[in-house]
Amino acid sequence: METDDLPVTGTEAARSARRARTDRATAWRRALRWETGLAVLVVFVAVLGSATSSEFLTSGNMFNLAVTTGEVAIMALPMTLIVISGEIDLSVASTLGMSSALLGVLWSDHWPMIAIFVVVAAVGAVAGLVNGLLVTRLGLPSLAVTIGTLALYRGVALILLGAKAISTFPAPYSTIGIIPVPHTDLPWSTLIFVVLAAVAGVVLHATPTGRSIYAMGASPEAARYAGIRVKRIKTLLFVASGVTCALAGVLWTFRLDTAVQNNGLGMELNVVAVVLLAGVSIFGGKGSIPGVVLGVLVFAGIQNALLLTNFNQEATGLVVGGLLLLSVFAPGAGSLAGRIRGKLHGRLSDP
Amino acid sequence: MKAIITGQPEQVPERVSSSRRLTERVFQIRESGIVVVLAVFVAVTASVQPRFISAINIQFILLNTTVFALLALGETMVVISRNVDLSVGSVLGLSAYLSASLFGHAHGIPIVVVFLAGLGIGLGCGVVNGLMVSIGRVPSLVVTLATLYIFRGADILIVGGNEVIASTLPPGFTGIPRAAAGGLPYLAIVIAAVIGAGAYYLRSFRSGRELYAIGSSPEAARLAGIPVGRRVFTAFAVSGAIAGIAGVLWAAQYQTVDSSAGTGYELQVIAAVVVGGVAIFGGSGSAIGAALGALLLNTISSALYVLGISQFWDQAIAGFLLLLAITLDRAISVRLAAALRSRSARNGNR
Repeated sequence: METDDLPVTGTEAARSARRARTDRATAWRRALRWETGLAVLVVFVAVLGSATSSEFLTSGNMFNLAVTTGEVAIMALPMTLIVISGEIDLSVASTLGMSSALLGVLWSDHWPMIAIFVVVAAVGAVAGLVNGLLVTRLGLPSLAVTIGTLALYRGVALILLGAKAISTFPAPYSTIGIIPVPHTDLPWSTLIFVVLAAVAGVVLHATPTGRSIYAMGASPEAARYAGIRVKRIKTLLFVASGVTCALAGVLWTFRLDTAVQNNGLGMELNVVAVVLLAGVSIFGGKGSIPGVVLGVLVFAGIQNALLLTNFNQEATGLVVGGLLLLSVFAPGAGSLAGRIRGKLHGRLSDP
Repeated sequence: MKAIITGQPEQVPERVSSSRRLTERVFQIRESGIVVVLAVFVAVTASVQPRFISAINIQFILLNTTVFALLALGETMVVISRNVDLSVGSVLGLSAYLSASLFGHAHGIPIVVVFLAGLGIGLGCGVVNGLMVSIGRVPSLVVTLATLYIFRGADILIVGGNEVIASTLPPGFTGIPRAAAGGLPYLAIVIAAVIGAGAYYLRSFRSGRELYAIGSSPEAARLAGIPVGRRVFTAFAVSGAIAGIAGVLWAAQYQTVDSSAGTGYELQVIAAVVVGGVAIFGGSGSAIGAALGALLLNTISSALYVLGISQFWDQAIAGFLLLLAITLDRAISVRLAAALRSRSARNGNR
């Protein structure tokens, strides 16, 4: 990196190409190591869980574990793409809450369910589009925009429902959190997650669009000069996030059989934590869908362990927040230690 | 600011000072814009419902604003340096419970000690945030999103199902927000003075100016020899300490403290700061503007109540104003940059 501003001669170009190649190889190896670590962690959690509690590996508990993690897992997929592209979407949980409130209000107004689904999906898309347009067309930082819409969309849920709770959903929908997919032990949300993960995986890892997402995360300027339609792709990612969160809102509402304004409140922490735990870099340009699937499994295992022990459920944010910090600090632990040592020796850490 | 410009040595080219004057005028207009909006808003609401400008209601609005305006001061320092502190609501909650419960644990404890305890708790939280942001070099968004839930989680574990109730608090403590001179709460006067001092520090002290430099361009600030890490660390520590004090005041005002005190305040505070003209991209804005932003949001909230509109509209309005403010700031800064560029091009051709 330090030779970037020097003139590049012929041999220099060859050398830098070689360096880029080895850089990519090391980056790939590092990603692989992170994911291997996660896989080991999954096995560890499973073994520890079954050793400490005889309930852990029962199909009933597995169903519970899957059903309670379903919405977070689903929302983590578009978030992964957004973070890799160098942005963030903090409004996911509020979009979930808004679509849940909308579902409740429209159902209590006796709309047909199909029409409700269409409206909720459309509102989710518009919510994402607002984020996307503000970020790409006005050039506003996604952090600020989505903090704004975090408040706005939750505010809309409040306006729609107030203090009301609606819980009169009909049987095939309201049992979504109890009855598994036929011939399996897994809930519907897991099936949806698997399908969406496959779609996201193919888009990210096997299409030019996916490569473009990595490129714009690594360097927005370079991506633009390379002819990548950065703004259009980012807008589409935010729209995809909005629609997916609307879907998660519908699942959440039916699972708990209640539409209240604070459905999914604070869930953005869990989604961001899962994505960063999965090895996705907060600075963009790095991460993978297999990693996210493993991250979801680790997250589900930890949450389930907290559930089985008698840890105060209200305080799980303590553990999830710690997990989030751990996953952002762990990759840079080596250089961090060096910097702290430098500080202790009274040297200037960087000239 | 004028004094500083005229005090500059003569060799400063005319061009620089005129550009600077243009920049400052734009931001002054941005800030006085809030005052105008506030005045128009109050006038309209009062014409519909005269009760809105009764002495009691004004006192009520000022009191409700104090905690937010105080939090906005700390947040302003952080946002100016191109960071964000999402944990203020949780720090407030933690400090409110721990400090107010001291009255129950140690009878006859002096009120000053309780305030110092709140300050210490907040400072501790702020130091944790600051260390992780400045030494860990992790985006403050991620760090404070995590500590938002970590501090709240710690609060929930400590509090459990308990709560501090009004009867354990001494009257001298609960009387603090109620003491008033001619309808003007003493507390509001004190807070206004603190915010004034903070604003003076930010615009006139070297370390205060350096926060703006860091926010404008962290790289350039580093190259100019500004200790970026130390300044950002200090901003977070101060923001935490202020949230700690705000927690004690919160306890004095509401008197019943459970583990949900201050939940979601971070959104209101960030909205107030940004609506008050502190650019979310860092580098511009003032503590006075942020306090005016807090006053505007609280006035709107009170007006909704007086006009009989549901309080459920509060959050949507705050979110909408936040989006409006960042959009407006973006437009202003683009225009301003263009104006400065054409101005310097003109001067260059001369």
